[in-house]
Amino acid sequence: MKLYLRIWRQKDRNDKGRFVDYELDDVNEHMSFLEMLDVLNQHLIEKGEEPVAFEHDCREGICGCCSLVINGVPHGPWSKTTVCQLHMRAFKDGDHITIEPFRAKAFPVIKDLIVDRSALDRIMQAGGFIDVRTGSAPEANSIPVPKHVADLAMDAAECIGCGACVAACPNGSAMLFVAAKISHLGLLPQGQPERKKRARAMVEAMMKEGFGGCTNYRECEAVCPKGISISFIARLNRDFLGAALFPEGGGGKREQKSLFK
Amino acid sequence: MKLDPKIPSGPIEEKWSRRKGEIKLVSPANKRKYSIIVVGTGLAGASAAASLSELGYKVKAFCYQDSARRAHSVAAQGGINAAKNYQNDGDSVYRLFYETIKGGDFRSREANVYRLAEVSGNIIDQCVAQGVPFAREYGGLLANRSFGGALVSRTFYARGQTGQQLLLGAYSALCKEVGRKGVELYPRAEMLDLIVVNGQARGIVVRNMVTGDIVPFLADAVVLATGGYSNVYYLSTNAKGCNVTAAWRSYRRGAGFANPCFTQIHPTCIPQSGDYQSKLTLMSESLRNDGRVWVPKNPGDKRHPNDIPESERDYFLERLYPSYGNLAPRDISSRAAKRVCDEGRGVGPGGRGVYLDFRDAIKRLGVDVIRDRYGNLFEMYERITGENPYEVPMRIYPAPHYTMGGLWVDYNLMSTIPGLFVLGEANFSDHGANRLGASALMQGLADGYFVIPYTIGDYLANTNLSPVSENTPEVKDTVGEVKQRLNKLMQVGKKGSRSVDYYHRELGRIMWDYCGMSRSEEGLKFALGKIRELRARFWEDVRIPGDANCLNQELEKAWRVADFFELAELMCLDALERKESCGGHFREEFQTEDGEAKRDDEHFAHVAVWEFQGDDKPPIRHTEPLQFEVIHLAVRSYK
Repeated sequence: MKLYLRIWRQKDRNDKGRFVDYELDDVNEHMSFLEMLDVLNQHLIEKGEEPVAFEHDCREGICGCCSLVINGVPHGPWSKTTVCQLHMRAFKDGDHITIEPFRAKAFPVIKDLIVDRSALDRIMQAGGFIDVRTGSAPEANSIPVPKHVADLAMDAAECIGCGACVAACPNGSAMLFVAAKISHLGLLPQGQPERKKRARAMVEAMMKEGFGGCTNYRECEAVCPKGISISFIARLNRDFLGAALFPEGGGGKREQKSLFK
Repeated sequence: MKLDPKIPSGPIEEKWSRRKGEIKLVSPANKRKYSIIVVGTGLAGASAAASLSELGYKVKAFCYQDSARRAHSVAAQGGINAAKNYQNDGDSVYRLFYETIKGGDFRSREANVYRLAEVSGNIIDQCVAQGVPFAREYGGLLANRSFGGALVSRTFYARGQTGQQLLLGAYSALCKEVGRKGVELYPRAEMLDLIVVNGQARGIVVRNMVTGDIVPFLADAVVLATGGYSNVYYLSTNAKGCNVTAAWRSYRRGAGFANPCFTQIHPTCIPQSGDYQSKLTLMSESLRNDGRVWVPKNPGDKRHPNDIPESERDYFLERLYPSYGNLAPRDISSRAAKRVCDEGRGVGPGGRGVYLDFRDAIKRLGVDVIRDRYGNLFEMYERITGENPYEVPMRIYPAPHYTMGGLWVDYNLMSTIPGLFVLGEANFSDHGANRLGASALMQGLADGYFVIPYTIGDYLANTNLSPVSENTPEVKDTVGEVKQRLNKLMQVGKKGSRSVDYYHRELGRIMWDYCGMSRSEEGLKFALGKIRELRARFWEDVRIPGDANCLNQELEKAWRVADFFELAELMCLDALERKESCGGHFREEFQTEDGEAKRDDEHFAHVAVWEFQGDDKPPIRHTEPLQFEVIHLAVRSYK
């Protein structure tokens, strides 16, 4: 099939960037979307032009590298699918396809379709963990976890950290990302001791990074390649509110933290 | 090159305890004076960096991805083994140890493998405490499933995303330490060389992949956890960025490279569909718990699989290996699949595929149970192929997946360069000539959480380290050599005509044809000539657009492929010299009457360790004899 591509090209962080049009003839419906871009790049290299830079690695939908917006939708037209798993069967001969990077205030473009998502790592560093030292863990079966709880925690834990939720949100919010981690750890008995501290620390870090708040557009859920539900955001809100109203050691000498500082 | 494996004395069950008892400790106050570089943030790297930082060492961790959470351990699907014996089915540390040695076709080091089995239970404890949501039974306790090459059910799993969940556990530990400022994390940073001062590993040269800056980082020890080299085949199940550069550059600086020809071809991958294909996708081995592998009995049978009656199907794994059936180990299953395809009985385009059929399992257990167990894998299959595996059998074919070979390490995981430690898939030690399913995750985490924190302290406490700085001649020289090689690549790249991918694909084709699932003296010699020829053309004609001082993905690939060319040659040399068949290494000249691998324990019960001699001289092959004190060498049978 023949495709008409309109791709965002941007030399570096400081460049303004622009769309460039390309035509591509030899596209096969069995190709993945990224393989289609590979073919385009091979043509560009042969012509002596710079190939389109895009992020990718595992190409099996799990590493979370790919970060393209296709015709306005992060990860493209198939639901619950990363770009690397999107195949050209989704398109037809003569289609026009616009390809952009994930766009958000907290995700500056580094080059072409590659963005800087290190803000998500910094949120994790603020509290996205259970503080357990290597070697100090109790016997694995000493704490039973009901199957439905473990399954729900796993639903949340499936997040691949791609950031499509942020790119889809009109507010550029990372609430779904944060909610997934807070729910995953907060549902499990192992995550209880730090549950409130974690909610507070991760939300504060999220706000510091310039992500917006959640106003229930639900765009995040619609594009999430792992189908993570926004009901986890309700859990996040509950944990965060609980942390603010009833801090650990509540009633003691511990200083009360205000809700939004 | 001196190869002292430093195996502790005493009975095998006591070796690790003895070593832990005799090692020298670094006092808590002194630990913060030592700095350690960890390269790679997969299971081995992230767990090592986090654990070393918890102990108080100053750690710098590097990865080429934009985030540590994306290292390719994330893609492991099926599970992680541990000798917990939760199923009461007769598992034990000894049995896991025995099955791993046997699975590796008696080409791994007993003491290392025993330790791996010994700490396997601690790994599960650690991961559960971190919040890894393993699958559970209704009673709330942990569930298990079976994997290839094992007669017990000891594999722990988290749906089809076990690697992801374990990596997120290790990554969260790493995040905790970054937040505490114990670890400095450098993403988008690729190690291009090792800095050796006075014979000790003291740092690495790194390219900042955004700015192109070439910067030396110095430390008191260097830990490589940089994964395997299956991408030498171009098409493999590895991530696109996986490469051998860190290990290869270390080899060139004096680290022995062990058993480079031991590569694993995984039996259940989605077959290639065209020339544009960029990678192969694995379908978890766990599918063989319920899926049955078959081909038509008659060559050239083009009927739709559902139209082929039971009597005309050949369930060849069940027929050939009745006691293990569809759960025969990977090397054995892959070769069996290749054989039936060579007989003209393969299915799908080009006849390079066999069926993996769930019809009977769905009939027996119901579609809901199958969806619960493998739903996400079935979805992935359908997305890639456009076929619904609930109704039509999957088509699968073997693909390069894992490399058992790697840098030689002693019992303490130290390479032949003092101060250079190698963990996980990057080392050679635990899987012999074939790795069992669900053992890679186990090894990565065992090395990172439970081995290196002990052994690296022993090295630091026993070693005199002279001060180094950016002005130390060895540091300046290494940085200079890296810059020179980069300039050379860029100069060729400005005028060249063919892309890096073109050369990589050609190299992969040679390696797959002559150093893949089956190898022969004639083929390997032919391949050596072809590789040298192609490599010479690469260095004259490769095209690299753009500049070196910015993000340049073609330049990144070119450096990696240049190293793959050198490695490919060593793999063929090693395969040529190992005149026996064992595990994943199958030499056509050495097989039994029914086509199984024929080992030669008299001449080859050893590790082959290669020492670099310079670009113009052939490397020297050393050997470390393998002593089997506990396990009796036997013919490896799964019949």
